Amino acid sequence: MNRIVVVGYGPAAHRFVETLADKGFDGRITVIGEEPRPAYDRVALTSYLSGTTAEDLTYPVPGGVVTRLNTRVTGIDRQAGHVVTEDGGAEPYDVLVLATGSAPFVPPVPGAEHAFVYRTIEDLDAIRVAAKDAAEGVVIGGGLLGLEAADALRALGLKAHIVEMSPWLMPRQVDEGGGSVLKSHIEELGLSVHAGAGVQDIVTDGEGRVTGLRKPDGTLVDAQVVVFSAGIRPRDELARSAGLAVGERGGIVVDSAMRTSDPSIYAVGECALAGGMVYGLVGPCTTMAEVAAEQIMGGQAVFEGADLSTKLKLLGVEVAQFGAMDGALDVTYMDPVAGVYKKLFISDDAQTLLGGICVGDASPYTTLRPFVGKPLPAAPSDLLFTGSGAASLDLPDDAQVCSCNNVCAGDIRTAIAGSGAADVAGIKACTRAGTTCGSCVPMLKQLLEKSGVEVSKSLCEHFTYSRAELFDIVRVRKISTFSQLITEHGQGRGCDICKPAVASILASLHNGHVLEGERAALQDTNDAFLANIQKNGTYSVVPRIPGGEITPDKLIVIGEVARDFGLYTKITGGQRIDLFGARVEQLPEIWRRLVDAGFESGHAYGKALRTVKSCVGSTWCRYGVQDSVGMAIALELRYRGLRSPHKLKSAVSGCARECAEARSKDFGIIATEQGWNLYVGGNGGFKPRHADLLAKDLGTDELIRTIDRFLMFYIRTADRLQRTAAWIESLDGGLDYLREVIMEDSLGLCADLDAQMEHHIATYADEWQATLDDPDKLSRFVSFVNAPGVPDPSIVFGSERGQIRPAVAR
Amino acid sequence: MTWTPVCDYDAMLPERGVCALVGNVQVAVFRTYDGALHALANRDPFSGAYVLSRGIVGTRKGEPTVASPLHKQVFSLVSGRCLDEDAVTVPVYPVRVAGGCVEVSV
Repeated sequence: MNRIVVVGYGPAAHRFVETLADKGFDGRITVIGEEPRPAYDRVALTSYLSGTTAEDLTYPVPGGVVTRLNTRVTGIDRQAGHVVTEDGGAEPYDVLVLATGSAPFVPPVPGAEHAFVYRTIEDLDAIRVAAKDAAEGVVIGGGLLGLEAADALRALGLKAHIVEMSPWLMPRQVDEGGGSVLKSHIEELGLSVHAGAGVQDIVTDGEGRVTGLRKPDGTLVDAQVVVFSAGIRPRDELARSAGLAVGERGGIVVDSAMRTSDPSIYAVGECALAGGMVYGLVGPCTTMAEVAAEQIMGGQAVFEGADLSTKLKLLGVEVAQFGAMDGALDVTYMDPVAGVYKKLFISDDAQTLLGGICVGDASPYTTLRPFVGKPLPAAPSDLLFTGSGAASLDLPDDAQVCSCNNVCAGDIRTAIAGSGAADVAGIKACTRAGTTCGSCVPMLKQLLEKSGVEVSKSLCEHFTYSRAELFDIVRVRKISTFSQLITEHGQGRGCDICKPAVASILASLHNGHVLEGERAALQDTNDAFLANIQKNGTYSVVPRIPGGEITPDKLIVIGEVARDFGLYTKITGGQRIDLFGARVEQLPEIWRRLVDAGFESGHAYGKALRTVKSCVGSTWCRYGVQDSVGMAIALELRYRGLRSPHKLKSAVSGCARECAEARSKDFGIIATEQGWNLYVGGNGGFKPRHADLLAKDLGTDELIRTIDRFLMFYIRTADRLQRTAAWIESLDGGLDYLREVIMEDSLGLCADLDAQMEHHIATYADEWQATLDDPDKLSRFVSFVNAPGVPDPSIVFGSERGQIRPAVAR
Repeated sequence: MTWTPVCDYDAMLPERGVCALVGNVQVAVFRTYDGALHALANRDPFSGAYVLSRGIVGTRKGEPTVASPLHKQVFSLVSGRCLDEDAVTVPVYPVRVAGGCVEVSV
């Protein structure tokens, strides 16, 4: 058995080949997909309309896997053991895996041919084009995907309607009470909900353009875009024509090993009928893929049905359902003012938890889902009020914590005690728990805490505090020197870890000169000499060039300085110019020339704002929609000199083409027709990460206020040398939490953060100018204290491509 | 023993270093928080660059130290031993204050 052919290339196929590769399968794997790209994340599909690219969504193809994209399979020849593709070719297999997925169900109503469906990137492209000339749109189907589609229409600027046959929205996840709370949330956002309504036909005008939808009672819903999201049908036609067993209502019949009625053919994902069920959720589908891969590799894994519990956030509303949706008894908590609805179903003896529904606050999902089928851990009324009661529950070992990857509390305890997992990352690596949807991560943290694992957050041997705690100590106790801090709150005399960290905290809070008094002894050599040390002990100099905009006169000055001091020059990635090879005693002379020409420190040496890169923007570019250069300069001047836990990079792009690469930055701004989209937490470096969209279509003032708070909140709470990317990933509640804190002021911090930024801006002064004005500070810039005029003889240069390069003198 | 004057003791800032050129030897001289002086070779043995005088001065379990500014290996100011890599040591030189002036002997 060495040739495996997979038909269909969606998430289930992806997980299948990924698992095979992980398990060391060494034969030939061919995946044939009809879409033009490999599998992509359909759960995040809607983000495609707000800037995420198809490439971002696409999963990487595991090494060694052969893909045939844009290719339809038209038949299976089981006798010959090959599949036939539409070009007439044959792909031989030893094992065939059908992962053909499902197709959106479009009811046979008149005019349906004018409607769209919501499944693929191409569907979204088509909807986007149609939305350009439309004012209103309607989605038929008020389930999970229907609400996603309605959100997408809204994001495209349309007034959106939702038509749902059932008397309330999301009938598979919530009951009537939950549905009504959900409806009021959604209507508050300006969407119209037509529940308990069907579709008579799609109405068009004389030229075949869609004008609306007619309900069976004859009333019309005006819409120029119609999207069907009325359920899915498994794509079993290949299996059917090959004579494999299929279900009465569709779906390829499989056993618990995911084998079809032909033992050399497997089926996984939405096309499979497992235990009489077709599953449309990603969790069960990827489990099926893993089971099939294990079986093919000789393993014993089986698929025994899946937990259909769901927790999601749709249109900003948390919705969750777990376990059963009815029971002998139920307890309901409802707060129509806050828009919260929570209900638990329990057994007739009031002892066993059967399930629950949440709208507006999904916190019971995380804490209570593992108790389904088990004794109630507390009185139901206590469990329904948010808070500590539910959070301190002791989970039984067989309680499932991660439903995506089927990991129980006992597995996690074993990983902690047996395999030494000491943090969430360790548990993820050992068990895969928390690696798919992430909703169980708070549970993982609790299990860690309960197991008594003391996660040391000490900065170093001198302080038992984390950086964030030290920041608060310095701020609250108004401490202004390192000596005071270490005497009162630490031990010893510090080191290369805590000293720069405290120097940064003092600079963030007080914004004094980094070389003033005792502070000078806290700085890393880069900050101590206001330049970047290089491998041979020389330094490089980067003047600030805000937004990358520079006059010819200033360019000439940089060229002259470099020429006169014999420096190596290179253009940086941040649209600046780096001058290399300066000895310490040359730095003041170099900067005297630069400051006289109007340059300031670029802080390339500091854990501070570096540069705000920009594209040329609407001033020159025929595509630009906003003045990205002007914005980049304004931001760079606003935040220059701001010390932070790690370096900060930014960029502004003038349109969605994103030439400034803003999404690889700590904070990136991309212009839209309506304003600015703000992305945060991007990173290049050795662990690249695209920034996440924090807020859309902001006005200039709102954009700046949001960035102010983002930066100050990061500076307050991040660990030492933790870039914004890792910081956001470490936040409990992630991006949503960040939004609550800095945009909705959930912690009441915003006034403080704003004031802190105002203080920074009001007290900014150019570090190099101040150094040149102070003979005391300047006296440090010598190679030899006993021979100030003598250059360091160990520094020698060779030459390469017409410039200097370090040479060795040993 | 020949002593070479380096600079005024008062010009040395607590927990910072300076570099002196003695003949063709580069000596890094440090003043710790308690006022004591220490002198090491300025050459960082890991990179070969003459930079130790520009490192951060601190303590490790009470022992006064300097960290190389290039790759942060920590050296004892007392013994010159690298506390992160046992086999590596930098030379230590005698240092004293005479008439308010810091002097080293190479």
